[in-house]
Amino acid sequence: MKAYDIELILSRQLAECLSIPVFITDTEGNLLFYNEQAEEILGKRYEETGEMPVEEWSTIFKPLDDKGNLLSPEDLPLVQTLNNCLPAHGSFWIKSLVGENHKISVTSFPIMGRGNRFLGATAIFWKIK
Amino acid sequence: MKIRILGTRGSLPSTNPETFRYGGNTACIEVSNDDQFFIIDAGTGVLKLSPELISKQNRFDILLTHLHIDHIQGLGFFKPLFDPRNEIHIWGPSSSSRTLQNRLNRYLSPPLFPVHFRSLPCQKELHEISRSSFELCGLQVETAYVSHPGPTVGYRITDGDFVFTYIPDHEPFLGNRGWNYGKKWISGMGLAYKADLIIHDSQYTLEEYPDKIGWGHSSIEQAIRYAGIAEAKKLLLFHHDPNHTDSQLDYILRSYSGFTPEGLEIEHAVEGSVYNLR
Ligand SMILES: [Zn+2]
Ligand SMILES: [Zn+2]
Repeated sequence: MKAYDIELILSRQLAECLSIPVFITDTEGNLLFYNEQAEEILGKRYEETGEMPVEEWSTIFKPLDDKGNLLSPEDLPLVQTLNNCLPAHGSFWIKSLVGENHKISVTSFPIMGRGNRFLGATAIFWKIK
Repeated sequence: MKIRILGTRGSLPSTNPETFRYGGNTACIEVSNDDQFFIIDAGTGVLKLSPELISKQNRFDILLTHLHIDHIQGLGFFKPLFDPRNEIHIWGPSSSSRTLQNRLNRYLSPPLFPVHFRSLPCQKELHEISRSSFELCGLQVETAYVSHPGPTVGYRITDGDFVFTYIPDHEPFLGNRGWNYGKKWISGMGLAYKADLIIHDSQYTLEEYPDKIGWGHSSIEQAIRYAGIAEAKKLLLFHHDPNHTDSQLDYILRSYSGFTPEGLEIEHAVEGSVYNLR
């Protein structure tokens, strides 16, 4: 049996204590965990979905710019972080599963563990409107 | 594989006669396979290593879980360090900032210790480990970082079908969260899973733990729950608090009889005791 690295386990424990939406992915972008505040944005419950492959959860959002144009994946902070292991930030609109439009800001950063090992990424969503 | 417990006490050695039966020396474990051995942690228990065993080899492997003083206090008094014919291999957790040598130097140098680490006459080799896997004395050794202040690893040692797990300093669930997350979300569970023998931190009683949250140690109740989730066969409660006397430890263990997970055997670790896994 292989357990997650302690850096991911502690990230999850921190996310559970925060009152802002937090998503945690592995290095491929598969969603390992999202907290209760993130459940509201996603329109899903972690208890029900568990971990989600990148193909599944990335299609839940439709990220749009201010003019309503669909954004390409490369424009999204979390995708940039996963591609270059650097922090990223951006603002855009999303339509959640329940059909509501939200303007959000996203800050993402890589989880660089001890020995500089790249273990995944954390994305924090800030609801603006 | 044979496991001999040379030190069981946590934090500080105890010379109190009332702690004699379970032992007053700090963490040190001798692991042997046929006629070879290595030790894990170098607390004051390292002085109990038999001179006869030491005289049989010239290579000594010392595996450290972390560099808190109760796990390295005996290192400077390990006699083979002072013989130029000896090859000493020290394995310890890698840190993000300082090398293992640099961190060991802090203790093995004046004013804390009279001799500089670099001046020790033996041949020294340091091995930085993280999530690592290597072979030693014909045994498979796996390591991973676990939840404890500062870089700290636990060990899983496999001899054929038999597994020995050693996580002496460990607070797997800060503030008691997360027992239901599933095994792979639990610190060190990859090391502990289905161990035949697990030595695990159990420094505090249930009543003491609330005042010690975040200090990096487990309550006895947490250690039992942890070994139960890991589906381990035998748990040795370890890192005895220096304030807990033998009779208190007896009383504590009795109070858990009837509350133990099915299939799990529980004992307090006793200095000098030996376990054969085969
Ligand atoms: Zn300790
Ligand atoms: Zn410690």
